Amino acid sequence: MSDTTLRAWLLTETPQSRRQAAWGRTYRGWLLFRRNHLAMVGLVTVIVLVVGSLAAPLITPYDPTAQELSNRLAAPSWAHWFGTDELGRDLYTRVVYGGRVTLGMVIAVVVLVAPVGLLVGSIAGYLGGFVDRALMRVTDVFLAFPRLILALAFVAALRPGITSAVFAIALTSWPAYARLARADTMTIRNTDFIAAIRLTGAWPGRIILRHIIPLCLSSVIVRVTLDMSGIILTAAGLGFLGMGAQPPMPEWGTMIAATRGYILQQWWVPTIPGVAILVASLAFNLLGDGMRDVLDPKQR
Amino acid sequence: MSSHSRWRNIAGTSASVPVTLFGLILVTFLIGRVMPIDPVIAIVGDHAPPDVVARVRLELGLDRPLVVQFGIYLVRLLHGNLGSSVMTTHPVTQDIATYFPATFELATAAIILAIVIGIPLGVIAAARQGSRFDHVVRVVSLAGQSIPVFVLGLLFLLLFYVKLGIAPGTGQVDVVYDGMVNRITGMLVVDAAIEGQWDVFWDALAHLVMPAIILAYFSLAYITRMTRAFMLDALAGEYIVTARAKGLSPTRILWRHAFGNIAVPLVTVIALAYAGLLEGAVLTETVFSWPGLGLYLTVSLLNADMNAVLGATLVIGFVYVVLNLMADIAYRVLDPRVR
Amino acid sequence: MLVEVDNLRVSFATPGGMEHAVRGVSLTLGQEKLGIVGESGSGKSLTARAILRLLPSAAQVAADRLTFDGIDILTAREPVMRRVRGKRAGLILQDPKYSLNPVMTIGHQIAEAWRVHKGGSRRLAAQAAADLLQQVRIRDPQRVAALYPHELSGGMGQRAMIAMMLAPDPELLIADEPTSALDATVQAEILRLIDDLVSRRGMGLILISHDLPLVSHFCDRVMVMYAGRVLERLPASQLARARHPYTRGLLDCLPSLVHPRRQLATLARDPAWLTA
Repeated sequence: MSDTTLRAWLLTETPQSRRQAAWGRTYRGWLLFRRNHLAMVGLVTVIVLVVGSLAAPLITPYDPTAQELSNRLAAPSWAHWFGTDELGRDLYTRVVYGGRVTLGMVIAVVVLVAPVGLLVGSIAGYLGGFVDRALMRVTDVFLAFPRLILALAFVAALRPGITSAVFAIALTSWPAYARLARADTMTIRNTDFIAAIRLTGAWPGRIILRHIIPLCLSSVIVRVTLDMSGIILTAAGLGFLGMGAQPPMPEWGTMIAATRGYILQQWWVPTIPGVAILVASLAFNLLGDGMRDVLDPKQR
Repeated sequence: MSSHSRWRNIAGTSASVPVTLFGLILVTFLIGRVMPIDPVIAIVGDHAPPDVVARVRLELGLDRPLVVQFGIYLVRLLHGNLGSSVMTTHPVTQDIATYFPATFELATAAIILAIVIGIPLGVIAAARQGSRFDHVVRVVSLAGQSIPVFVLGLLFLLLFYVKLGIAPGTGQVDVVYDGMVNRITGMLVVDAAIEGQWDVFWDALAHLVMPAIILAYFSLAYITRMTRAFMLDALAGEYIVTARAKGLSPTRILWRHAFGNIAVPLVTVIALAYAGLLEGAVLTETVFSWPGLGLYLTVSLLNADMNAVLGATLVIGFVYVVLNLMADIAYRVLDPRVR
Repeated sequence: MLVEVDNLRVSFATPGGMEHAVRGVSLTLGQEKLGIVGESGSGKSLTARAILRLLPSAAQVAADRLTFDGIDILTAREPVMRRVRGKRAGLILQDPKYSLNPVMTIGHQIAEAWRVHKGGSRRLAAQAAADLLQQVRIRDPQRVAALYPHELSGGMGQRAMIAMMLAPDPELLIADEPTSALDATVQAEILRLIDDLVSRRGMGLILISHDLPLVSHFCDRVMVMYAGRVLERLPASQLARARHPYTRGLLDCLPSLVHPRRQLATLARDPAWLTA
């Protein structure tokens, strides 16, 4: 009984409050999203990944660093679902913990990058003029490097490791968000309602923070989700080149690099982490695609 | 726009490039000089004798203010001096000249593949939107953008080289043919053809195929997606209704009218894809032991050879900027609406 | 009879159910000028495009009879339709900014229309294109032929559009709101041009518009549509004596310089019209 009234409340044509309107919009967006089968697959996979990573100790029978040198490179069996790696560690456990590492890196990057990018972009877009040009020059410089290359150079200068990798990826990712936020801001800046708010004497900072940034959010969110797949690939690439997470930490790219030579006989050892990367990256791509279709349909 | 103002427009775009390049150099300098704990050790390595360390310290002018250091760096750079590589003991510029052509060969082969396959796929997928073909194309290109290039490379090696034995192994050419062809352009396939050494030519070509395919996959996926998206936009235009009303054939409408409208933005996409190949090249060359700039960069990284790493980074950054600029210029030159 | 339409129905499937955009429209056309008048959403454009089978693939079309010069449009194979379109019937759209291909020159687009149906060399086609531009009263046709659509004014763009559609010498011309995107001064010129060309070539014309007096001036007969249905048909000359309340309402809404009123009338919609 309450289910249908909740639905009616959400879908009403005449919302009584801003909150109701906002919830209604979200619900309608969700209905639209739900019809996209591929996007749903992406969403479910991402949820599984996140939950799996959080619950890693609960769902894995072994310690990711526990070596069993007598049982190296074992084939998949009931004892070891994915077999064991070159040091006899359970591959399934390491893949699951690797998910933790990867998602942790991705979230760390996003937390660093999105706010900075949003802020810089909206300030540049709103203030225009010299500030805009100067900030855009800065973003141009960072955009001038292919992401992996600059990350490699950074990591080379610092110590190779997970923190340097996160920092390096973040440094190469933020300009794209700044550009996005700037473009959105410039569209919004000239609207009447912003002019109205300015007339009330609002300070530019307040205008940017309370009015402009919320409107930029949807395209940024879409971009973040889509970018996550790229970040996963870059992080794995860094790991593969030995510049990311260092052994014995179970990062998928690092694991592949270490076991590359075994591809002939024990092909599953480097392949399974590779599949994990593919699945994670694909899931975020599908999710991001679906979100973009809902939030920003013009941009197909 | 008259011819004169068009060139001014292009000049305006290009004017920002030197600033960007300057910023690039600055960033590279900061990475090499400011970030490491001891920039000298970063350059000469842990095992260098003390007199080498002292000499390099003097050369770099580490006792001088940072701005002066940057000035020295910039001047040396403008003279084409990127320092020497600890690993190869050659000047970095020489190393880069040695290894760059192989990357260029690989990247060019890859982009040709990506264009030849990707564009028709995107066009036809858009023409048959919603069909099974369209769905397959979408999923495959989505997967192409999600798979790490080194995983794909390893799998291909496993399947085609090890299991099926139809592809040659890693490297640019069979060991047998090593050193048989003189270095003219640095691109083995081209050089072998120029010299008329056809057995080397075919072998080099065979070695080129797999890494090129792997490298192409990501940009192919990107090009296909963008082509499809552009085409869907174009096909929704009113002028397509007009074209149908004129009684034109579907093929003509699809290619002459719709595709004709997206050709220019597509050029930009292709230039960006080509630039993106530089990234993929690093990983592909590592997997296939392809003697290009990417492999050079990777090996230098593992040896903590700072000069080499930064030199290669700078060069790649330069190429990237130039490619982006060319894309921009091409857009302005080709689009009649901008003229 | 050039065109015979009997009980045409066009529907679209939408998330909210089936949307019936055209509900049982019938019309016949010979070598004469028919005006279809209605507000946005009345289904007039869809009706006209259905005759050439130019509706989007999402549209579901049904009719008791839909023929062009005896050819059954509903069941004709696509190659047959392609010979009808352009060669025997032309379509002029509303805004030349969007309806002309932005990356082809005007001359090229007209030449294409000419060449596809008449064959011949490129040079011949280019010559024909310049000739046609002259027919639509464009001075300096050679110069204009080398221009791109964005370099033309609205009026010139429509003239180019007309030239393009008349190039294969069709028997029927459908003009879908040809002047709605133009300035008022240019509107009359373009319509006079269409009128003149159609008369001289002995063509049939379907003129679609929301502008009632305009249509009545240039057409022989008028058909008033509302919500996918035909509410009234009458000769253009007898428009002032229209009987349906909707038509009367539309006529009454028109401001007049000659008979000014203190308060302009508004149209009161009767829900009964939806099920007429």
